[in-house]
Amino acid sequence: MGDSANQNSVNLKIPQKGYKLLKTKSWMVFKEGVWHNNPIFGMMLGLCSTLAVTNLVSNALVMSAAVTLVLVVNSAIISSLRNLIPDRVRMIAYMLIISSLVITVDLILKIVLPEASKALGPYVALIITNCILMGRAEAYAINNSVGLSVMDALGVGLGYTFSLTLISIFRELIGFGSILGFTVLPGELPRIALFTIPPGAFFALGTFILIINTIRNRRSES
Amino acid sequence: MNPVLLLFASVITSNIALTYFLGMCPFVTISKQIHVAAGMGMAVTMVMTLTASANWLIQNIILVPLGLEYLQFLVFIVTIATIVQILEIVIDRYFPILYLSFGIFLPLITVNCAILGISLFMVLRSYGFIETVLYSFGSGVGWLLAIITMGGLRRNLVFSKPLRNFGDPGITAIIAGIMALGFIGFTGVAGL
Repeated sequence: MGDSANQNSVNLKIPQKGYKLLKTKSWMVFKEGVWHNNPIFGMMLGLCSTLAVTNLVSNALVMSAAVTLVLVVNSAIISSLRNLIPDRVRMIAYMLIISSLVITVDLILKIVLPEASKALGPYVALIITNCILMGRAEAYAINNSVGLSVMDALGVGLGYTFSLTLISIFRELIGFGSILGFTVLPGELPRIALFTIPPGAFFALGTFILIINTIRNRRSES
Repeated sequence: MNPVLLLFASVITSNIALTYFLGMCPFVTISKQIHVAAGMGMAVTMVMTLTASANWLIQNIILVPLGLEYLQFLVFIVTIATIVQILEIVIDRYFPILYLSFGIFLPLITVNCAILGISLFMVLRSYGFIETVLYSFGSGVGWLLAIITMGGLRRNLVFSKPLRNFGDPGITAIIAGIMALGFIGFTGVAGL
């Protein structure tokens, strides 16, 4: 496993006395995935599903769980097969592995959560063409050990979940006055229906990009 | 459904980029220059019409009679990859001028979610063959229209100063939101 981290160099801190979880390499990879490589606000990948499923918090949570599951299993499979997959056909290999996983997840959703599956419509199937999966497979899993790849996938998956939850709480709270279906805002406050329809998704995403970028830039300045 | 209304709805009111958010990655990254956006849009229109028709035939002639509908995602994506490869070879060989205008975008299109999305919508809404052709062609034209408009609007950003922290993606999202409001305004005429 000497070839690890030749692309995504992670600033490794020298291990302290005793074992500290927060200093280990896999923790750094995980953190990198959640914040710096955050798929939505950092790399601008997988925007289709982000915009489409954030109208309700429940949809966003189901979608995030599906994406995270596929991401982790996909990274594990690809990194364990990384010495077997010939370089020239690796894209097709990713594609086939991802489609098989998505078919499985879609079938599971149809049985376990039929209503959520209906609400998400084609967007579960569209995980196949979600750039996050191909991106992590190509940029990380194909060059790194199974453990690190799984940590990276978990981090990116959690970053995706975080972004989707944030946007969907904002949209559902302002649009319907509720969170996860429970009414939160008092009835006399007006609801802004704009945020429940497609244009509102774009406005919400733009606003959050502005907020996150402001935090990032302030941090890097200080 | 009336074919004219279907075409209108797929181009304007149910625009796949602005109301179904399909093909967002190229929509944000490629819309900086109008001619590049136009090339991508033409390639998407062509591939979308061809693949949706082919997938309709495969779905209704092979998958449904054999009870293999659960394999449709895998079969659809393989069909799309195959058609894009063949198209690239044919266009390069026989239509070099066309290849110059949008050939380089063809390989990117295999993983464009709009292409797969149209095939999935066609199955979900159980369209007939003619409807599928109209719907996929209309959606391609709608995507082309949206990305060209976005290219034009983004060029004018040179003259204005949006907040620095928006970055390119942020301001593109806001512009897309305003565009989406305009497109959705026609929903009274025809919707899907």
